[in-house]
Amino acid sequence: MKKDLGLYLHIPFCIQKCGYCDFLSASGTGEEKEAYVQALEKEIRSYGDFAKGYRVSTVFVGGGTPSCLEAPQTERIFQAVRDTFDIERMPEISMEMNPGTVTPEKLQTYKNCGINRLSMGLQSVRDSNLKLLGRIHTYEAFLESYHLAREAGFQNINVDLISSLPGQTEASWREELETTAELSPEHISVYQLILEEGTPFYEKYAGHPELLPDEETSRAIYEVTAEVLAAYGFRQYEISNYAKEGRECRHNLKYWERGDYLGLGLGAASMVRNIRMSNTGDMKTYLEKCGEPKTMRTDVQFLEEPQQMEEFMFLGLRKTRGISKKEFRRVFGRDIELVYEKALEKLLSNGMLLEKKDRLYLSKEGVLLSNAVLSEFLFD
Amino acid sequence: MAGVDQSKIRNFCIIAHIDHGKSTLADRIIEKTGLLTEREMQSQVLDNMDLERERGITIKSQAVRIVYQAKDGEEYIFNLIDTPGHVDFNYEVSRSLAACDGAILVVDAAQGIEAQTLANVYLALDHDLDVFPVINKIDLPSAEPDRVKNEIEDVIGIEAQDAPLISAKMGLNIEEVLEKIVEKIPAPAGDAQAPLQALIFDSVYDSYKGVIVFCRIKEGSVKKGTKIRMMATGAVEEVVEVGYFGAGQFLPCDELSAGMVGYITASIKNVKDTRVGDTITDDENPCAEPLPGYKKVNPMVYCGVYPADGSKYQDLRDALDKLQLNDASLQFEPETSVALGFGFRCGFLGLLHLEIIQERLEREYNLDLVTTAPGVVYKVHKTNGEMMDLTNPSNLPDPSEIEYMEEPMVKAEIMVTTDFIGPIMDLCQERRGQYQGMEYMETTRALLKYHLPLNEIIYDFFDALKSRSRGYASFDYEMLGYERSDLVKLDILVNKEEVDALSFIVFEGSAYERGRKMCEKLKEEIPRQLFEIPIQAAIGSKIIARETVKAMRKDVLAKCYGGDISRKRKLLEKQKEGKKRMRQVGNVEIPQKAFMSVLKLDDK
Repeated sequence: MKKDLGLYLHIPFCIQKCGYCDFLSASGTGEEKEAYVQALEKEIRSYGDFAKGYRVSTVFVGGGTPSCLEAPQTERIFQAVRDTFDIERMPEISMEMNPGTVTPEKLQTYKNCGINRLSMGLQSVRDSNLKLLGRIHTYEAFLESYHLAREAGFQNINVDLISSLPGQTEASWREELETTAELSPEHISVYQLILEEGTPFYEKYAGHPELLPDEETSRAIYEVTAEVLAAYGFRQYEISNYAKEGRECRHNLKYWERGDYLGLGLGAASMVRNIRMSNTGDMKTYLEKCGEPKTMRTDVQFLEEPQQMEEFMFLGLRKTRGISKKEFRRVFGRDIELVYEKALEKLLSNGMLLEKKDRLYLSKEGVLLSNAVLSEFLFD
Repeated sequence: MAGVDQSKIRNFCIIAHIDHGKSTLADRIIEKTGLLTEREMQSQVLDNMDLERERGITIKSQAVRIVYQAKDGEEYIFNLIDTPGHVDFNYEVSRSLAACDGAILVVDAAQGIEAQTLANVYLALDHDLDVFPVINKIDLPSAEPDRVKNEIEDVIGIEAQDAPLISAKMGLNIEEVLEKIVEKIPAPAGDAQAPLQALIFDSVYDSYKGVIVFCRIKEGSVKKGTKIRMMATGAVEEVVEVGYFGAGQFLPCDELSAGMVGYITASIKNVKDTRVGDTITDDENPCAEPLPGYKKVNPMVYCGVYPADGSKYQDLRDALDKLQLNDASLQFEPETSVALGFGFRCGFLGLLHLEIIQERLEREYNLDLVTTAPGVVYKVHKTNGEMMDLTNPSNLPDPSEIEYMEEPMVKAEIMVTTDFIGPIMDLCQERRGQYQGMEYMETTRALLKYHLPLNEIIYDFFDALKSRSRGYASFDYEMLGYERSDLVKLDILVNKEEVDALSFIVFEGSAYERGRKMCEKLKEEIPRQLFEIPIQAAIGSKIIARETVKAMRKDVLAKCYGGDISRKRKLLEKQKEGKKRMRQVGNVEIPQKAFMSVLKLDDK
């Protein structure tokens, strides 16, 4: 039987880099984009032998801004994927999209390629925030793109939001959430603003924490998110993800559940058979070696059992439903209570972790303090 | 060396307050006597430990032998013996002085006499040394050589009008000092034919030669093959080598005889056998009596020293063993703490000695340490008539078994400009000082005399003194003996659990204040955790102070990583790493530095 696989395809181009973003992306000329698409096709096709052992159930095209490619380029990429990989009958195929780069033609192309889920980077419903973040679109432009997508027949749409922005209060955030939820997308991801070194936001705010919401506000913003979204029929299923019934992102779940996924494109990360690795982040190297992925990998790491256990815990517990003790035993052949005796005792007794039959999951407080809680599962 | 005319030898030391230029003058003297080229000169030849150079103090007394061509056409042998300048090493200072026949008193032309200057001069005069003053730093715009000369005459009572006015830094008038050494410092007495009598003033351990004993030959002579006996410890060894001190190296010679300063090696394995102050004699032809003044130095200050990483316990033991080879005054024995695991209770001469040992362990042996609050040795008189020396607060018997306790007292002299007499008296008062009197040096400065409990000055007294006098006060002390006192053991409870490493003995009247400050300080030091943590100070079962570390409110990373798990892992690992630097007490993680930060509690 073929093993299950997810594919991640990275498109490292943006029209303009946002002030908070530290992902691998840059603006590119038409020639650069074309050269990249050709390289990506080549890389995909080089996996012919590998692909024989797998059946792909999810594809996720991320970036950067995948929607800044021309429609035929997107078609070629998907052609290469379909030519190389066996894709199941009802796959989830997601594409990230930046409002402002969407046209009815592109949407039609996406449909034709089999893309059945769109992830739209809204980030905020307030234009003043969008400007601050360095986004190229307004809320109005987002609405237009969103409705275009609906008209084109997309029935599974995610909207990304960023919380804890400078000046944000619990009340103003609640409003943003409600505005977004009323559009009734199938899925909402809420990421909190994180100052990453090397970004303009870091320069601007790292030395001025007073300009950002304080801890209590930030906590309230986090807590109110699940509450407001629940009222609109969204259920939180992971630390930063909320979905309508049955609309959880299957691809992202693979990350938390340690399924195999193959990253394709510049800097893309993979985990296959407990080996974690990334493609080179250097464009020149990538373009040269795309035909032989083995020669352009970095950070190749075979996960030993302890590391697998650590990941099982700190990834699995990000999900609201947590982890299954039986599953732990099935995977590792050992009882979780023996392996994590101290950590479990501590976290269950201080209420950070809850236990219900076979499952262990973070309490509300445990979610709010999840960094401290999850780090307990790393071995010395 | 044989055939050196005893009348051409000058054995002397330089005494000065910290920063008055002792080491710089020593450098210049060595330079001017031409034994070293300038290129060979390290900036401060006598201070060869990094640590000393950084702190501007001299720890281990050392000596150097130099040759001076005087204006009278004769060649003189100078033995310059360096002395530690700090009160912790008073006994070593005293032994170094005993090896000399005279001393140069260096006084800063701007600052004049300081408390330590006085203490050291008196010590030198006690040893019958001929002292002549030198006024240093006359290049400073604020120099007032005439005022300082008068001060020396008024306060110390030694002739100062013809004192050389020098700048050691600029190399000004150094020849004048050299001529004064020839003129003012007497040649050593002693009979080279008499039975051997030599004073040990220092010793170092060398892994090839064993213990190298630094000594001054008072009577008789010693050479390779002599069977020597340490009169206090009784150790007998055969001499392997004798020699004198080049600049930074040992230069062997045939014989050391009366009046000379040099070293002896005799394959001695343990520095403890060669106690500073002991007398060396010829085992086969012993002198009638040892030289006076030998005493065994006992540690005055104790604290727990623990490896930050518990697995480094054996490394710490090895390092302490090695340090002890060179420093017989360092004592240690194993102890365990619930909070800190396995470690050692170490005894030191004073707080500086403690700091030096700690820094050497960390630098030279690359150890990360956690030290507990230093304490003094208390005498506990029990109801059953027994008396115990208490060096670790955890060992305090139940209050019902204690009749009374005594604590060590010191006699302190504080030199201060008159503007700050008030604040300094307040400080001494707060530290339970008993006022003994005050003397005006001149119209602007005074010498305050107090009796103070040692445990009030081992924490941060010196810092407090400096900060409350804007750096103008100087301070010296000597041991006075024990006094009965109302003492209690103060315990610190973190999350309702007693942290043994934080317990200490305190004067009952100060317990509330200290407890409150401890709690406040710990509140700053202990990071917020998953739950609220009460920090309490208690005497027995009575809580006398409380603070609370609020629970952490939010620490969640709702970030979009894509499939890049390694970044997520790195974040968690960083968090975990932070915890490793903490000590687990019950459910609470206490940063290691919290155990030490509680030492500095003066908030004025």
